[in-house]
Amino acid sequence: MAPAIQAENLVKTFGDVRALDGVSLDVPEGTVLGLLGPNGAGKTTTVRVLTTLLRPDSGRAVVAGVDVLKHPNKVRSLIGLSGQYAAVDEYLTGFENLQMVGELYQMSAREAKARALELLEWFNLGEAKDRTAKTYSGGMRRRLDLAAALVVRPPVMFLDEPTTGLDPRNRLALWEVIETLVEQGTTLLLTTQYLEEADRLAHDIAVVDHGRVIARGTADQLKAQIGGERIEVVVHEPGLVADAVAALSGYALGEPAVEKNTRRITVPVSGGARVLADAIRELDSRGIEIDDIGLRRPTLDDVFLTLTGHVAEAAEEGNGADPGGRGRSGRGQGGPAADGPGPDKQAVAAGREH
Amino acid sequence: MSTATEHAIGAAMPRQRRGAAATLHDSWVVAKRNLRRMTRIPEIVVFGLMQPVMFVLLFSYVMGGAIQIPGTNAGSGTYIQFLMAGIFAQTVTFATAGASAGIAEDMTKGLVDRFRSLPMARSAVLVGRTLADLCQTAFTVIVLAAVALLVGWRIHDGVLNALGAFALLLLLGYAFSWIGALIGLSVRSPEAATSAGLIWLFPLTFVSNAFVPVSSMPGWLQGVAYWNPFSATVQACRDLFGNQVGPVDSAWPMQHAALVSVLWSVLITVVFSWLSVRKYRSAVG
Repeated sequence: MAPAIQAENLVKTFGDVRALDGVSLDVPEGTVLGLLGPNGAGKTTTVRVLTTLLRPDSGRAVVAGVDVLKHPNKVRSLIGLSGQYAAVDEYLTGFENLQMVGELYQMSAREAKARALELLEWFNLGEAKDRTAKTYSGGMRRRLDLAAALVVRPPVMFLDEPTTGLDPRNRLALWEVIETLVEQGTTLLLTTQYLEEADRLAHDIAVVDHGRVIARGTADQLKAQIGGERIEVVVHEPGLVADAVAALSGYALGEPAVEKNTRRITVPVSGGARVLADAIRELDSRGIEIDDIGLRRPTLDDVFLTLTGHVAEAAEEGNGADPGGRGRSGRGQGGPAADGPGPDKQAVAAGREH
Repeated sequence: MSTATEHAIGAAMPRQRRGAAATLHDSWVVAKRNLRRMTRIPEIVVFGLMQPVMFVLLFSYVMGGAIQIPGTNAGSGTYIQFLMAGIFAQTVTFATAGASAGIAEDMTKGLVDRFRSLPMARSAVLVGRTLADLCQTAFTVIVLAAVALLVGWRIHDGVLNALGAFALLLLLGYAFSWIGALIGLSVRSPEAATSAGLIWLFPLTFVSNAFVPVSSMPGWLQGVAYWNPFSATVQACRDLFGNQVGPVDSAWPMQHAALVSVLWSVLITVVFSWLSVRKYRSAVG
């Protein structure tokens, strides 16, 4: 099957800055590609080229089977775009915003109205539909913006850092919406600075840095590039560290790492869960009391650091307003997927970062 | 959630309108958006009104006694008759500063990316904006006419001619809003757009027949004033309102004021809308 999004060798320079330095990528129909990279890596520029907002200096792009440079207006009727900045008119109500977008997608007034109401319900904005978007919290504006991108049920969607600046609860809620879209067959290109987000949502990840794709693969493939798994043990008291190292030495593939003050021992292993079970039995039979044990695979943070030589969020602007999103704890953090008006209030501060 | 989400994806592809019908439809949608914004931020409309109303009061009461129009006696309310065409014309042209600021503001917001990613007519964002401004201008002109009638201004040549004068004024205002659009697209911030949209209007409206007779200016300036598009509209309005005091100046544009006014407005609209739409298309927002 032809890819739903295909880019070949896109180059775009602004002055002396080579924002895109030969980006090539393809996204098979019905899959999610996560474009992962720090600020200024070229993620947004790539999205702007693919969504017809920007003409590249050279290169070629095809979206939903249509050449982006030759037939931009045709592409526009097949895509939905939700950007970093909630692209809504703050002096219009939620309903008026969606209705306007529907009419500009060339729906009839009646269709646009019905679709707007349907989306407002789906995004839990039904009660706020007649309030101006100015009164919305950051999380609500993002939802409205995403709803606007979905007005025509586009087969291909571009989400440019959809959760930047959102608190963990709103982020989780948005992830669930995105997962629903993908289940229903939407092809999605998602950019993110959050490794956790790419890990959770994307089938495939392209790591971008300085306008180039520097690595491509599934999250697992990328992690495998970095190296194998390891067992991490936290023993109950400092005196047990030496015993535990001895107990685990039979499974270790390399030198165990010991952090004295946290009583944490990290041992490189291979063999997965079986080794973990053996290690637990061994520690137990020697009467070594432990607080925590687990099998760890390399995180995408590790992948990123290895590939680019710098950490993901260390890029220029440094608007690191969101520690919640960078945790390594992975899936499912952030409590219940509350999507109502309650948690939105917390998002106000975080949602207006630029 | 699941029942609603079944509708989220499907095959409902929009139809494609083409050509002028598409441009008109999309422009109207954008115009509706801008008109709604005006009702949500009434300050813009109110302050847009206060300035010309203040001018009418200041000019007629403060300066009216001192400025004498040749061929008339001082005082006796003749200056307000002379003045109003100029104030009307100034009002419709000053409204362009609003277009500059509004478009500059839109260009700094994410919304313009939304518009540019939609399958809509490229010119609609600007056409919609200028149409909404035209509505605002019409409203301002109506209120201003009411105030002027209260302070003694009168129409002497029938309602039909007066409506013709208002049509010329709105046409001029529409033409100038395209100049405002180009300024709004060319500057980098809404603040800059507000002043850039306004400063050039002062020489334009004062080097004209709007407030003082051109014959009182130095000779070299008279030619400029007579060929000023602004002067043609003012003169045409004076004729149509029946406000002309004494003979019309013999300069050709003054003798054919209505024609010159229409030609200028059409020319400005065509040139500046073309330039603006081109600029909008190439803008990397």
